[in-house]
Amino acid sequence: MSILVGPETRLVVAGLTGREGSFHALNNRRYGTDVVGGVTPGKGGQDVEGIPVFDTVREAVQATQANTAMIFVPPRFAADSILEADDAGVELVICITEGIPAHDMLRVYTHLHRGSTRLIGPNCPGVLSPEKANVGIIPAAFFSAGNVGVVSRSGTLTYQVGNELAQRDFGNSSIVGIGGDPIVGSSFIDIISLYEADPETELIVMCGEIGGDEEERTADFIAANVTKPVVGYIAGFTAPPGKTMGHAGAIVSGSQGTAAAKAEALEARGVRVARTPTEVAEIAAGILAAA
Amino acid sequence: MDLLEYQGKQLLARNGVPVPDGAPADTVDDAVAAAEQLGYPVVVKAQVLIGGRGKAGGIKLAANREEVREHAEAILGMDIRGHTVAELWVERASEIASELYASIVFDRSARAPLALLSTRGGMDIEEVADEDPSAIARLHVDPLLGFQDFHGRRLCFEAGVDADVVRPIGALLGKLYDTFIAEDAMLIEVNPLIVTPERDVTALDAKVTLDPNALFRHPDNAALRNPSAEDPQERMAKERGLTYVKLGGDIGILGNGAGLVMSTLDVVAQAGGSPANFLDAGGGSKADAIVAAVEVILSDANVRAVLFNIFGGITRGDEVARGLIEAFDVVRPTVPFVVRLDGTNDEEGRRLLAEAALPNVHIESTMLGAAARVVELAAADVAGTSSAASGAPA
Repeated sequence: MSILVGPETRLVVAGLTGREGSFHALNNRRYGTDVVGGVTPGKGGQDVEGIPVFDTVREAVQATQANTAMIFVPPRFAADSILEADDAGVELVICITEGIPAHDMLRVYTHLHRGSTRLIGPNCPGVLSPEKANVGIIPAAFFSAGNVGVVSRSGTLTYQVGNELAQRDFGNSSIVGIGGDPIVGSSFIDIISLYEADPETELIVMCGEIGGDEEERTADFIAANVTKPVVGYIAGFTAPPGKTMGHAGAIVSGSQGTAAAKAEALEARGVRVARTPTEVAEIAAGILAAA
Repeated sequence: MDLLEYQGKQLLARNGVPVPDGAPADTVDDAVAAAEQLGYPVVVKAQVLIGGRGKAGGIKLAANREEVREHAEAILGMDIRGHTVAELWVERASEIASELYASIVFDRSARAPLALLSTRGGMDIEEVADEDPSAIARLHVDPLLGFQDFHGRRLCFEAGVDADVVRPIGALLGKLYDTFIAEDAMLIEVNPLIVTPERDVTALDAKVTLDPNALFRHPDNAALRNPSAEDPQERMAKERGLTYVKLGGDIGILGNGAGLVMSTLDVVAQAGGSPANFLDAGGGSKADAIVAAVEVILSDANVRAVLFNIFGGITRGDEVARGLIEAFDVVRPTVPFVVRLDGTNDEEGRRLLAEAALPNVHIESTMLGAAARVVELAAADVAGTSSAASGAPA
């Protein structure tokens, strides 16, 4: 097992005919993901290396029974594209796009939350279930199948941590980038719940960063609901207040959202927090060896 | 993106929020001319992106032309907690019967706009929140429903607003919410919101933060930059499309991806170093982006050593190596570089760097090893500029 994406995934790509969209969709297909269609308004009837293109997501879903949508359209059109995928009835939307206005995401989040469509991202690297399916931009070659579930707000930091784990011969059940924006569709809690229920996952790694209070809330959730060991890592101890550190959501406001407060909250709830990406793998190895 | 008070007020005014008449001025003569136009008394207010202007002497009442001149001369060029005053806002003075606090906040934790109202205006709201949280009425607004009249009434009655001004203050809160939505704001704060002896309500101050990701919808707001408040390196980076934050240390940092760069800063600090900057060269960094990044990092004269920490996903190690080789050709750095390159095309990248044999470039294979090395090199540079590369201090 793995979570969110796997052999059952039937992927439709919004923005398939764009440069980035086609590059990554084809990469995903090469990895084994079942990419069944793409959507670009006005280009219905064309194809991208055999992947049929449709004018609307609704048409694509009707023709291909797609159950997952990946959004690769520019930021000003992305919120609309997420809503279109939801309207077409896919179960899972994974939005890679960075730079979507926060108010757009507020409306999208509120609407999706009242229904059943799950959103991952935006501003995320996607989801990889090694040796099964890859939806997004995670460089799959560095990861193999295994028992460590990873969830992270950052892409490259995830690769770093995954690589440290791989060097100790650990593989992953899945790797989920939830995104670095202030409003993202799925939280740490949402993904950790899935890992808790996934029989293949034996240990969970969560990589947080400064900004907001997600990590603090997750700490409480873990204490109350998670039986599997969780190893945490928080980036941004050296970030000054009031400065956005690359990710729109990575900002310390006053005393709110500091890395120290997050690490403390997690440790107070029994989560081992590593000080470096290397130490994540060391702690994980220690826990799994003792199990 | 934070706006100056007067920029915020102009934004409020165009969305129907009452604000006092005023005019911006960046010279003493302009300030006097503005005051003459407005009529006395006026208030001369320093325009800087920092609180505590009043205490610092940056806000002064003037009863006549001479006083405006005197205050404008004193305030222009004044340093307020590290911010130099380059601009004034001259405003017709208001009579105040009572002061309130009102704001609309983008509450990411609740995923909804949060409206706040308190009758304890004119004070630091964080202090009020600490001392007497019940003095602040608050409610979340459903983003799909918007601000309703009853929201305004509820806030007013819960905050204990005088009954005769519940209607105008409720209406003003609705206008603040309209502004918040219409302008893609992350924060709209009015402190104080005043009631005049005639029982009119007016926004006497404005603190507005806009969402930079939404500026494409607001060309007017995009032009509202306040370049005097920007650090020169940060401005240079912005012009080159790089994400850069100055941190004040002596070790220049370049990485790809915000999380990994933040993590790199932390690891360098743990190794005893002091990062000079955050620089995310972004996903898919091409050679020219690397050249631009090196230029920006080295334009900070405090930088004594530079660390490249790359884990390539979309970013290709060979592109980063080519960029660095080109940067050495263009910029000719005099400080040592430490490079750690992993991920997509990492071997090719390391091979290119080995072949180029750039002066004073050190390849490290792990992130921790690279951090330790760059800290050592930066310290050695401080210890012995004359004795060159010999002996790193312990």
